[in-house]
Amino acid sequence: MSSVISLRGAALSYGPRTVWHDLELDVRPGEFLAVLGPNGAGKTSFVRALLGRQPLSAGELTVLGRPPREAARHIGYVPQQAALSAQAMLRARDLVRFGIDGHRFGPRLRTAAVRKRVDEILDAVGASAYADVPVGTLSGGERQRVRVGQALATDPRILLCDEPLLSLDLHHQRAVTELVDARRRSHGTAVVFVTHEINPVLDLVDRVLYLAPGGHRVGTPDEVLTSASLSRLYGTRVDVVHVDGRIVVVGALDDPAHHVPEEVHP
Amino acid sequence: MSVWHQLFDFDDYGELLVLVRNSLVVGAALGLVGGLAGVFVAMRDLPFAVHGISELSFAGASAALLLGTNIVAGSITGSLLAAGAIGVLGTRARDRNSVIGILMPFGLGLGVLFLALYKGRAANKFGLLTGQIVAVDTPQTAWLLATSAVVLTALVVMWRPLAFASADPDVAEARGVPVRGLSFAFMIVLGLAVALSVQVVGALLVLSLLITPAAAAARVTASPVLLPLLSVVFATASIEGGILLALGSSIPISPYVTTVSFAFYVVCGAVGRYRARRGGARRAVPAPA
Repeated sequence: MSSVISLRGAALSYGPRTVWHDLELDVRPGEFLAVLGPNGAGKTSFVRALLGRQPLSAGELTVLGRPPREAARHIGYVPQQAALSAQAMLRARDLVRFGIDGHRFGPRLRTAAVRKRVDEILDAVGASAYADVPVGTLSGGERQRVRVGQALATDPRILLCDEPLLSLDLHHQRAVTELVDARRRSHGTAVVFVTHEINPVLDLVDRVLYLAPGGHRVGTPDEVLTSASLSRLYGTRVDVVHVDGRIVVVGALDDPAHHVPEEVHP
Repeated sequence: MSVWHQLFDFDDYGELLVLVRNSLVVGAALGLVGGLAGVFVAMRDLPFAVHGISELSFAGASAALLLGTNIVAGSITGSLLAAGAIGVLGTRARDRNSVIGILMPFGLGLGVLFLALYKGRAANKFGLLTGQIVAVDTPQTAWLLATSAVVLTALVVMWRPLAFASADPDVAEARGVPVRGLSFAFMIVLGLAVALSVQVVGALLVLSLLITPAAAAARVTASPVLLPLLSVVFATASIEGGILLALGSSIPISPYVTTVSFAFYVVCGAVGRYRARRGGARRAVPAPA
């Protein structure tokens, strides 16, 4: 069993609308897979399927050789920054602690060992300085550092990141991707990174899964992110331009995230 | 001078105290229940649900009064029906608020109908809405304490996953926490807590026990241990303080309870703001949004 995630002829539909179909994919340990595509092409459904929250309509999906629900413990999940409730009355360390034992019922036992582990994690992601600060007062970048810590708390074999860089500035985007990448290198943790913006992770990505309304494509960035390949996926003319080592997609007008001004950063 | 005397009258205080012994015991249990449940009412943004449930609890209690059956049981029945309906129909916040907005006037209307038909003491009627101090007799005390025990047990068992699901639903769901099941379970627990509170502060002022103490505590701490603890202290002090102040006056208990509980909120709000300002870069508890 060499792949940590395996999809065979996988399809997902809501009623008559098929989001994606015939998806064949194997993710290896330590691989960095970026999941790209416009809104509505099934990126979120892909995440939900991996977490076992959304059953496939056809085909097969296994995570670590098991049905995804049974493997949930081995997936570290980093959600979008906005996902935290505004009323959350917690400190940064409590969020990390949820990652360890938040799912257990009954009163909390053996607190000393758990507390020590929380301190180690906060230290590892560089969040010790604001461990006791209410999460509501953290900046977006700080909060995502804590999020990565929370995801690492279970010692996961897969990191599933759903738009973790959304509304972060460049500096914090780099800090968060470096944390994810460091984990991948030290533990061989596979990374599935859902994003509408490839550039912050371009030099880390091994393969890309591009989900589009007209189909999908799996391959290295050089194979998938070309004018010919994306034009076929979108069924209309799309230009892929390389500017200063960045990739800019022009012409996929149904996707506001791929407008030129969004993709080109100073 | 006479108004003051109506508000506060401490003559024969010792003898009066004996009369409210049951109320003081129930008040302590209610402080524990209200303070703890209030933490989740604040976290899950449910004050409106509390208000809606309390109106149906009032309808249930007034139906019981009319029929001459156990008022606490009637109140609990009304509460559970409302909480169940909100839990089933209103999983999303927007749906939930419409469901509550529809249930609330209906419940209040039913309650008014039952009270209009009731021919007994007027004080009984008024008490359901605005609270009463000596209404708690011994069999009712047993009911109230048993219900408190059920609520407390349920809260202790589901505290951690419920806090996870309330603060961070996406990740909690990803980790296999039964988010929807817990949401429904908490609604039922909340229904019971509301039914308890209605017995002491009345249907109209339940929020003073189920949100104010927790909201006050949240102004000064975000610690998962200190926050519920302070919330319980504030809730208990509000009820017991309210009972002791109201004793001997001819006025319902609720204005005393609500005033004490509001005072805690004002003080905590000021402390939180002062700390945030003085803290500056040191990062303290946030000022209210």
